[in-house]
Amino acid sequence: MHQQDLPPLLENGHRPPGLASRAVDIWTYRELLVNLVRRELKVRYKDSVLGFLWTLLNPLLYLAVFSVVFGIILRANVPRYGLFLLSGLLAFNLFSIGLSAATTSITGNGPLVQKVWFPREILPLAAIGANLITFFFQLLILLFGLAIFRQAPEWGMLWLVIPALLVTLMIGTGLGLALSAVNVLFRDVQHFLELGLLTWFWFTPIVYSYNLVGSALLDRFGADGERLASLNPMLPVVTTFQRVVYNPTNFTAEQQAEFSLLVDRGTGWYLQNLAISGAFGLVFLAIGFTVFTRLEANLGEEL
Amino acid sequence: MTDVILDVDDATVADDRPIAIEVSGVSKTFRKHSEPAKTLKERLLTLRSSTVSDFHALDGIDFTVRAGETFGILGHNGSGKSTLLKCIAATIRPTTGSVRVRGRLSALLELGAGFHPDLTGRENVYLNGSILGFTRERIDRIFDEIVSFAGLEDFIDTQVKHYSSGMYARLGFAVAVNLEPDVLLIDEVLAVGDEAFQRKCIERVRGFQADGRTICLVTHSPEQVRNLCDRAMVLDHGKLIYLGDVAGAVSAYRQSLTGQGHADPDAGRIELIERSPVRFTEVVIEPPPDGQAAFRPGDSVTVVTRFDADGQVPIRGHLWIHRHDGTLMVNVSTLDLMGTDVYSDGVGGEMRYVIDNLPFTDGHYLVTAVLQAPTEAREYDRNEQEVDFEVFTGDPVLGPVTLDLRLETNVDAPAPTIR
Repeated sequence: MHQQDLPPLLENGHRPPGLASRAVDIWTYRELLVNLVRRELKVRYKDSVLGFLWTLLNPLLYLAVFSVVFGIILRANVPRYGLFLLSGLLAFNLFSIGLSAATTSITGNGPLVQKVWFPREILPLAAIGANLITFFFQLLILLFGLAIFRQAPEWGMLWLVIPALLVTLMIGTGLGLALSAVNVLFRDVQHFLELGLLTWFWFTPIVYSYNLVGSALLDRFGADGERLASLNPMLPVVTTFQRVVYNPTNFTAEQQAEFSLLVDRGTGWYLQNLAISGAFGLVFLAIGFTVFTRLEANLGEEL
Repeated sequence: MTDVILDVDDATVADDRPIAIEVSGVSKTFRKHSEPAKTLKERLLTLRSSTVSDFHALDGIDFTVRAGETFGILGHNGSGKSTLLKCIAATIRPTTGSVRVRGRLSALLELGAGFHPDLTGRENVYLNGSILGFTRERIDRIFDEIVSFAGLEDFIDTQVKHYSSGMYARLGFAVAVNLEPDVLLIDEVLAVGDEAFQRKCIERVRGFQADGRTICLVTHSPEQVRNLCDRAMVLDHGKLIYLGDVAGAVSAYRQSLTGQGHADPDAGRIELIERSPVRFTEVVIEPPPDGQAAFRPGDSVTVVTRFDADGQVPIRGHLWIHRHDGTLMVNVSTLDLMGTDVYSDGVGGEMRYVIDNLPFTDGHYLVTAVLQAPTEAREYDRNEQEVDFEVFTGDPVLGPVTLDLRLETNVDAPAPTIR
């Protein structure tokens, strides 16, 4: 070993503060991130005959069942209800399932965390990454739905999906980082989260249309009341997906009435709401990294 | 601060090799809860109760390991050696002090820790490699080597949950060793697998040493330390009690075991007579083991016991010798040796247990002498493990005892020597 080739003598596991050095760490361990995502996906349906097809069967079933129940039995005002539900649900699932998986990612990998050092945030990130891949596959079902119903998305606004996805990942990652570390100290977190996400789901217009939210807020709080909807950072994501993918403008004026608020608003309204959610996302990320940084050193022994 | 600490270590060797691992002032204190409070409710409920106590797993540990060195960390269970290794591997952070490591560190802590049972051997090799921080290309390059080292060519695409524990261990070792990290941490794992694989591991470790890489070996086996290490330290109750050459470490380790009372002191104990008429005045070894010097197999060793006695009483003398790990090596009495008990002459006397041609090999041996009242199952006096001696072979140890053993074979040509 030549003196000049020597790597530096470094304090092991000590991480200099700052996001930049963290980003470098994660980049160094990108291989692990990729492998953990791959593991996550492979293991999920290992030993099942249909394997990864299960990922697709779930949203397909939603599409079929909700089309039948709400379209034929309940006769909801919303046309092609299955498609409507799925466009919002997939976006919300990207957030909620990713967050749940991230929360249990460190406790679920206890032996690894106790034995080997690597940047711990890789674990929640891999959980969210795996769910992102699942999400992309499930989008195929959404496309399939659009195809069989011969319905076109709003091409002009399609790009809005990208900021919507980014916002979702920011919120999910921020909360996921914080909760994954706190869950090591208090396992209550993962159970609490289940309730929290259920509540969050029902306060987001996925099963019902945004019109009901908008008009309720207008009635109660006056003209500006609708702004309160921004307090739910997932709401703009879901409504953006509904507006773009489900695209209510495909329907007759009468049918559109159910979605008047969504249809009346232009790109600017969606973008503005997504920006507010993005601000939430940044705050969550900051909280997530702060909490994680504070707790990461002791994760190995608290497990 | 670090300079001062380094001096402690460097005083013994003027070594210009670069430092590979530097442990300075490392202490680790665990909070001991009577019951670990894992939920929020429990935390809140136990907030006021004072069931928390501190446990010092490590106490001010200082040492450095030079690049290319094979360093042993010896200690009995609970001495803190695993905690120390975790501090070096950075999976736990010391309460005070720091650990610095140069280069890529690969920890062979409990084999296959990173394995997922549902993945195939191949997938696990890549996963495990990336956990240790290696890139896909690097693993690609040595993949075949890993598989053939583990001897798993036929099973590499089988899920590891179908592996036997030996296969599991072999693959884990193969990954960690063949990735060629700069520093390798080994935790008690050389004891796995069959003998052939163990020999392969040892060979690989030697190759590792020949490459000038650094190894830190944690074990409670003095044999491994003697076989593999250049230098060693001994931990006892979280404290560093010895740092230096291997022979000294092994000896210090055995002494720490004695202090632990690992040799079972209650073996064969019978009730002691109060206000006994017969008492030991002295139990010694002859020739006296001066300082650290040890006996060699074949030496003559005598255990001398001297005692006082009030009046004419029958006495049966017993001698036990335990090895450091608690194995009873010798169990004799005057009745066994002479066919009869002895009678004291009313003043006292001496019994000499003479062992010609000592058959023991390396170890620490603890002597217990007893004076018993033959007619009752009671003891006059007992001198328990206050006297001890060391045996050091200097040669490879072939077992716990020396044998007159030779090989007779009808095969003429000796095989070419395998390094």
